[in-house]
This record gives sequence, C-alpha cells and structure tokens, in this order.
Amino acid sequence: MDLLEYQGKQLFAKHGIAVPSGEVASTVEEAVAAADRIGFPCAIKAQVLIGGRGKAGGIKIAQDAEEARAHADAILGMDIFGPRGEGPFRVDRVWVEGGSDIAAEYYASVILDRGEKKLLAMVSAKGGMDIEAVAEEDPEALVREHIDPTRPFTATEARPIVEAAGLDEDVRDQAAEVLAKLAQVASGEDATLIEVNPLIVTTGREVVALDAKVTIDGNALFRHQELAEIADTADDPQEAMAKEKGLTYVKLDGNVGILANGAGLCMSTLDVVAQAGGRPANFLDAGGGSKAEAIVDALTVITSDEKVTAILFNIFGGITRCDEIAKGIVEASSQLDLKVPLVVRLDGTNSEEGLAILAEADLPNLQQEKTMLDAARGVVELAGGQS
Amino acid sequence: MSIIVDKETKLVVSGLTGREGSFHGLRNQAYGTYLAAGVTPGKGGQDVEGVPIFDSIKEAVEERGANTSMIFVPARFAAPAIDEAIESGVHTVIAITEGIPVLDMLKTYWKAKEAGVRLIGPNCPGVLSPGKANVGIIPAQFFDPGKIGVVSKSGTLTYQIGNELKQAGEGNSSIVGIGGDPIVGSDFIDILKLFEVDPETELIVMVGEIGGDAEERAAEFIAAEVSKPVVAYIAGFTAPPGKQMGHAGAIISGSSGTAQAKKEALEAKGVRVGESPTETAAIAVETLRG
Repeated sequence: MDLLEYQGKQLFAKHGIAVPSGEVASTVEEAVAAADRIGFPCAIKAQVLIGGRGKAGGIKIAQDAEEARAHADAILGMDIFGPRGEGPFRVDRVWVEGGSDIAAEYYASVILDRGEKKLLAMVSAKGGMDIEAVAEEDPEALVREHIDPTRPFTATEARPIVEAAGLDEDVRDQAAEVLAKLAQVASGEDATLIEVNPLIVTTGREVVALDAKVTIDGNALFRHQELAEIADTADDPQEAMAKEKGLTYVKLDGNVGILANGAGLCMSTLDVVAQAGGRPANFLDAGGGSKAEAIVDALTVITSDEKVTAILFNIFGGITRCDEIAKGIVEASSQLDLKVPLVVRLDGTNSEEGLAILAEADLPNLQQEKTMLDAARGVVELAGGQS
Repeated sequence: MSIIVDKETKLVVSGLTGREGSFHGLRNQAYGTYLAAGVTPGKGGQDVEGVPIFDSIKEAVEERGANTSMIFVPARFAAPAIDEAIESGVHTVIAITEGIPVLDMLKTYWKAKEAGVRLIGPNCPGVLSPGKANVGIIPAQFFDPGKIGVVSKSGTLTYQIGNELKQAGEGNSSIVGIGGDPIVGSDFIDILKLFEVDPETELIVMVGEIGGDAEERAAEFIAAEVSKPVVAYIAGFTAPPGKQMGHAGAIISGSSGTAQAKKEALEAKGVRVGESPTETAAIAVETLRG
C-alpha cells in the first residue's frame, strides 16, 4: 500500500524526522483557510500516488491568499499522468505546506532489497531529481549500503554513509540521524520503501524531509490500525467493492473482464488475452477453493465496470473444483442481469461435472472453450473493439 | 531421485488440527507421504486420524523422527512457527501460509540460512515428487513421474503447465513451488542447483512472474552453472507498474521487475521463453525429445 505524501510525512513526524508544517485540504475554501493559518509563501501540493507532480503542474507556490485560491482551484480535480504515462490520477486533496528556504537538496531512502534479503540504505548529495537517472549517469553519486535486518540500525552506523555521499559536513550528524530514523520507520511501521527526495538543508542549516514516498506492507496492516484505516479509503469503486467481498481485484483500462484462479494463472490469462488482440479490464484472482458464492461476488464486481463488454473465465481446478465454479456461474446468471457474453474454460478437478452443469443450464450468452488460448481468442472476438 | 521431498521424508505438520492443515496433511498422507506427526500448542497427546499431535515441533522430531516440517499456521502466527521449525532439528521447512509480513520473513530468512535449514515458501503450494511424496497443496493427479523438474512462483500456473506436459506424455522429477512473496526461503537459483545434480532431472521448466529480480539472477546462474536445458515462462506482461497482482511479490516497482526485462535477461543467456503456458510445455517436450 502506497501512502500519499502527507500521510508519509505524518509518519515521519511520528518518528521524529523534521517535516514542514502543513494541512490537508479537499476543497478550495479549506485550502485557502489552511494557507492563511500557515502563512505565505506556501506550497499547494497535489496528493496523488505518482511521481512527477511538479512537472505535471500539481505543485504551485502561493505568495498570498488570492494565489492560494487560484492554485487550489486549478490543482483540485485535475488529472495527473505519471512520467511513464501512468494514470490518470485525479487530485481529490491537496497538502498546503509552509514554504522552505532551500540551501541544498539531497536524497535518502531505505528500501527492501528483495534480491539480497536485506534493507538497503541509499544517500546522495544529488537530490531533487530523478534518482534512477542519477544512478545511471553518475553511479558514484548514489551511495548504497545494506543494513542488517536482524538488529536496529543506529545513527553511528549511518554516519559513514552520509560521509561517503559527500553531504555538507555541518549537517552530517543530522542527516545520519534522519537515515537511522528512516530505518526505524521501516521496521516500526512495516514499510518496504521509504524515499525522501528531496531531503533538504534549509538556509538555517536544518535537515528537513520535503517529500515522502512510503510503501507499507499490506500483509502487516493488522498490527497498524491507523495505516489500515488509510488502506480502506484509498480505492476506486470496483477495487473497494472487491476488497469488501474478499476478492483480489485490480482494475485495468480495457474491456475484457477476466476471472481466473490463482495469481499466476490470472496474470498469464491477461497476457494471452492481450496477445490475442484484446485489452483486459481487470485482474481478478478467485483464489484457491472458490465456492459458488465467490463467483457471484466476482461477477458482480466485474460487471459493475461499465467498460466491460465480454468476460473470460479461465479456471484450472486444483483445489478449486470446476463443478463449484459452474454452479456459481449458473447462480450468478439467475441473480444478476448479465448483459455481456461469457466465455468459459474449465479444466482440472471435476471439469466434466462442471461442464455438464453448464450444458444442462444452457445459458444464453455463454460460450465454452476447451483451451486457454481458444478461450482468449473467443472472448476477444466477442468483446469487440474498445469504445 | 528427486529433490527436497521423497520416500525419506518424515513430515510434521504445524496446524494439522486446523481445517486446511488437516485436509491437506491427510491428503499428503493418502498420496504416500509419511506423515509422522502434527503440532498444535496445547493439543499435545491428541491425534488426527491416528496421527499423533505434539505441543512442539521439537517433540515431534524427538519422538517421531520428523525431518521435514510443513507450516499451515495463520499468517500472523506463521513467522514464529517457521522460526520454531528452524530450531527444531528438521532439515527442511515448507511454509504454505500466505500473507506473512515481509519484514518478519526477512529475519526468518536469515535464521534459516544460519541454521543451515532449507526453507521453501512462504506463500507457496509446496513440493511434489510424483510417485514418492507430496508436501503441500499441489493436486498430484496432474503430474506423472518423469524427467522434467519444475520450479515456479505460481501454483495454478504450474498445474496448467504440468497438465499439458502430462497430456504430451511427459512427467516430472519434482515440482517445487517457491512462492509468490517478495522474500522467500529458496529462490530459483537454490532449486536450479538441486535439479542440476539430480540424476532423474533432464530438463528444467522455470515459471516466473513480475517483481523483484530473481529471474534475472537465475539467468546469470543458468549461464554459468546449469548444464541441463532450461525452458522458462514469465507471467505479467500486461501488468501495470505499481499494482500488486495477487501475489505480494508480483509488483513492478518503477521500471524494474517487468516481465519484458526478465524475458530478455533469460533469452540473452540462451534460455527459451514460451509465450503462453501451452507453448512453454510444447518447447519443453520438443527440447527433451531432441
């Protein structure tokens, strides 16, 4: 789960990392009132889960209330696209933040290094720009050091890292302290990525986190009540509905609805649909041992996306029994007003029983296919072009 | 031969008294796996269908000679259960549980390393050596004994490919689900090493997916250390960046962890990568038969 900038900063503040003061606002009036309280100049910053907000016009400095109003009005409701075309991300709230006098911009992060099975601390004196580009053009400028995950990481251990990165001498102790605290945020809040870019030095020589990118491990939310509440509010309508029903669903932007069992088979299904010339509307893993009721839920979620013009069921039953899936499809057809055609491929455990159930029900709009590839071709044909 | 589980396996199941644990544990026993014991703290002295239950894994090791532990404990209690297994004296721990916090697994990973215990999973379907032993939730009916070793991040995708191999008349030495979490006890490389020296294995099918760099690392290892042919499949070409696709580890971070990058890394080292599970199975059969 990714946190918005202001949520990340609140987490930083909780762990004693200096951040500029600010307030969150979801209307223009709230933003102007917040700016008045904070004072001018202040920054109005779009809160979306994508980088490159500044370039996209999502961060503006206001010198007075009138400018604050104009900026908040422009930013709230705007659609922001990521540097790789991700999105759009609609801005539904802004973070109004006191202006900072910047003397230097650094970079600091602590991330989970999956390959090495350790945490990785990274520091650079070249902050405020795309760090992947810095790493590529000037690898020496990004100092990388692994952290032993089995014990706490101290400022004393962080000190050589900030030294190697060549941060200004007078702020090295502060920066080392910040790096140690970032590691504390990782272990204390179950964060798998914490990135501060830029980590600034103010003209008063204070080290302050001017941005925050934080990813929390969704599997650990049971022990972080406040973060779990954020997770509950951050979804689009279909994703929220799916979560409520206990389904693993990811919304995509195509028109072919997909249901498969197992994450790997489901990803593979999206790929073969794309290879057949279609565009998947979603990822939905019905999970192992799915029962009829789960299928009704899954179809409810998939069909609530109005873009969907045909649906593919790709089931390879292991623990999941195909007769249960077939029962679910029949039940869903009677409960829901299914307007779009269904292509069904059932293979594996009890597939013959499942196919017999479907044959007997003789549902209109249902096409059976024997293989995954034929099913993909079939559904793409029925789905037609993207409107 | 086969790898990780076989006729020597003496299994102890943590969570055998639970619904899932008993269903799968007894299924493994029915397949022919020697089920030595179950473990549930506080239920020592009871039994499940005649299988004795102990309070601790250590007791199961001492009393019943258990050498392989399977973890079916709910996510929030699973890491301590794996730690207990690591310290109990078994040589192999297979963790099926999905949803364990990754930073807990980070610590557990190093505990297993230091103790010299082989950890498979978590969030995996287990290991099946057809005709010998099954530890986990892999439906054994789709796999025959044979010459192809399979190592995979995904359960159902493995069943799909295994079934296509079976229909083509080929079987498997062992099928190893390494799991779909960001941190797993054994990576592709650990399992490739075992298949390389397993006399029964003549070809290896490797099934990867988006996220992390385990496939890229495996590509390097294959080029340097694996003499047997390897055929790969990668899932997730259409996955958008930043979205977790079911498995906790299946996520493209920024520009790293994409299916395309993994495919290119493998192909650069001479590994053929199938476009679909069907094509992957076909390439494996064709390569095996020369």
